[in-house]
Amino acid sequence: MEDVRLQEGLSACMNCGVCTGVCPAAEFYNYDPRQIVTIVQSRDDEAIERLLKSDTIWYCGECMSCRPRCPRGNTPGYVIQALRTLSQKLGFFVESEKGRQQLALKRTIGESILATGYCVHPKLVKPEMHPEQGPVWSWIYDHDTDLFPKFSPNYMKEGAGAVRRISDDSLQELKRIFEVSGGMEFFDNIERHSERKAREMGYESADQSYLNDVYTTNSGDHH
Amino acid sequence: MKRSSWKEYQKEIADDRYYYARSCIRQNFFPGSEAAFLDIMRNDLGKDVLDDPLHTSCTGIGYHSDIVPLETIMTVVARQFALMTAAGYENFTSSCITSFGIYTEILETWHEFPETEARTRENLFKATGREFRIPRNIAHTSDVIFHNREQIAARMVHPLMNVETGAPLKGVEHIGCHYAKIFPKSGIGGSEFPYVLAGMIEAWGGEVVDYPERRHCCGFGFRNYLVQANRGYSVANSQKKFASMAPYRPDFIVCNCPGCAMFLDKWQYTIAEMEGVTYGPNGRGIPVITYEEMAGLVLGYDPWQLGMQMHQVDVEPLLDKMGVKYDPDAKYLGNNGKLIGKPEQAVVNCCSQERTYEVRQ
Ligand code: SF4
Ligand code: SF4
Repeated sequence: MEDVRLQEGLSACMNCGVCTGVCPAAEFYNYDPRQIVTIVQSRDDEAIERLLKSDTIWYCGECMSCRPRCPRGNTPGYVIQALRTLSQKLGFFVESEKGRQQLALKRTIGESILATGYCVHPKLVKPEMHPEQGPVWSWIYDHDTDLFPKFSPNYMKEGAGAVRRISDDSLQELKRIFEVSGGMEFFDNIERHSERKAREMGYESADQSYLNDVYTTNSGDHH
Repeated sequence: MKRSSWKEYQKEIADDRYYYARSCIRQNFFPGSEAAFLDIMRNDLGKDVLDDPLHTSCTGIGYHSDIVPLETIMTVVARQFALMTAAGYENFTSSCITSFGIYTEILETWHEFPETEARTRENLFKATGREFRIPRNIAHTSDVIFHNREQIAARMVHPLMNVETGAPLKGVEHIGCHYAKIFPKSGIGGSEFPYVLAGMIEAWGGEVVDYPERRHCCGFGFRNYLVQANRGYSVANSQKKFASMAPYRPDFIVCNCPGCAMFLDKWQYTIAEMEGVTYGPNGRGIPVITYEEMAGLVLGYDPWQLGMQMHQVDVEPLLDKMGVKYDPDAKYLGNNGKLIGKPEQAVVNCCSQERTYEVRQ
């Protein structure tokens, strides 16, 4: 693994458990960042492969609360980022429930980036998929074209301002960046492995029904 | 807490001529806050801020959901810097904490591992023909408001005080994990003694609540909110904070990060609907505001012009305490006064009768 986040994130962990003590994911899930660091430090290939195929590496919220507190200057959150990247490159992510969710993230956030230039866009936050957003958001969603122009001269139009339409030239540059720097290949790889796994699990393909299942399934075994 | 500890973590903040990078989440949920930042900077403080339509998302939410590789986000960030360079600016200010964390992390990585910067330059040139200079100064937009807090105080119309009693209002401040946990030196006060928002509250007459879970994450957790199956993580972490702050009876929560502002607002709604529990006085939620809204109210801006009607938890109890005048009938009007109906009522704003959170005396 030549990820710079591993060089930056891990040296001589002394197993003190401070990271676990402050970790919001450790509080909520059956998850212990100290253990992850220990396994990676062990260089035990089999144990690392098991980790890459497990739910465990997908619990972290990447809040980086562990970073300023570690007495050794380690960042378990960076180690997790490096492991998640590797798990996807090797196609291991589809072997766990939480890992398979990467397809949902690619299809929502990833595709929004390329199509709109935004990670999140008002029309992406559909009230039926986001009941927690409440009635005010539903009202905003239904009346966006009457509301956003109060705060933005160019809502969904080209020009400066909040939620402006990002020009085709800028979107083209963004797409080229994804092509040149490996982002597009990374997306394709997520699709490829998800397709394989979907068929293996009895779906016709990594279609809408597989996506819905991936997005909503929770075995309840994570605590 | 050592009250002066934040002074050990001061950083340089440019005084003028900023290249402004908007935030996906802030534009979506708090477009009035971004408008207010520009109005305050340009009209109240006379500063030059470029709102450049050419920039895009930094792709940070994709990066922290682990679908955007490090090399890709570095190149996207490099493009933002190239746009700044081409426009003749040197000071970069970002409206998003996730982005701010990414900019600081990437600059540090380029510094530590120069080969990553070289590769990024190559990628950017190959993809777009663009070249860039490293910004002279990087600040979050709240740093910029913090930097100008005394000038804002000098023009104050409504201090953060209860107009009836003259007592300072109590504010919970939440700086957002990626503001200073990635590089404590990059945030005012670092990660342990955050002062960026506290400094504004104190300069404008309010009082900061120091409560046990002050530094705990709001619970966004990227994939833990973005994928429906994982959302329990997100609400559970917010709940932990609410339960910890409620006994101190805060008058408001102010957030640095647009994501945190959205979650601390929306999860109060969800908890009230699901469990009938609210954390503010009189069975209502605690108003959650952005620092641009806080500055705007202090300067006498109209709350509906600031976009505060887009919050789920009603902000009127805070406005009333501050003595801010507002037109209740104008709250839900669309552009040019168009009638566009009203949101449905929610438990968090009116009707929690039974299980209001036990607020200790
Ligand atoms: S805080 Fe640092 S040294 Fe302690 S267990 Fe975690 S990674 Fe290891
Ligand atoms: S970054 Fe991950 S491992 Fe570190 S404290 Fe946050 S959730 Fe825990």
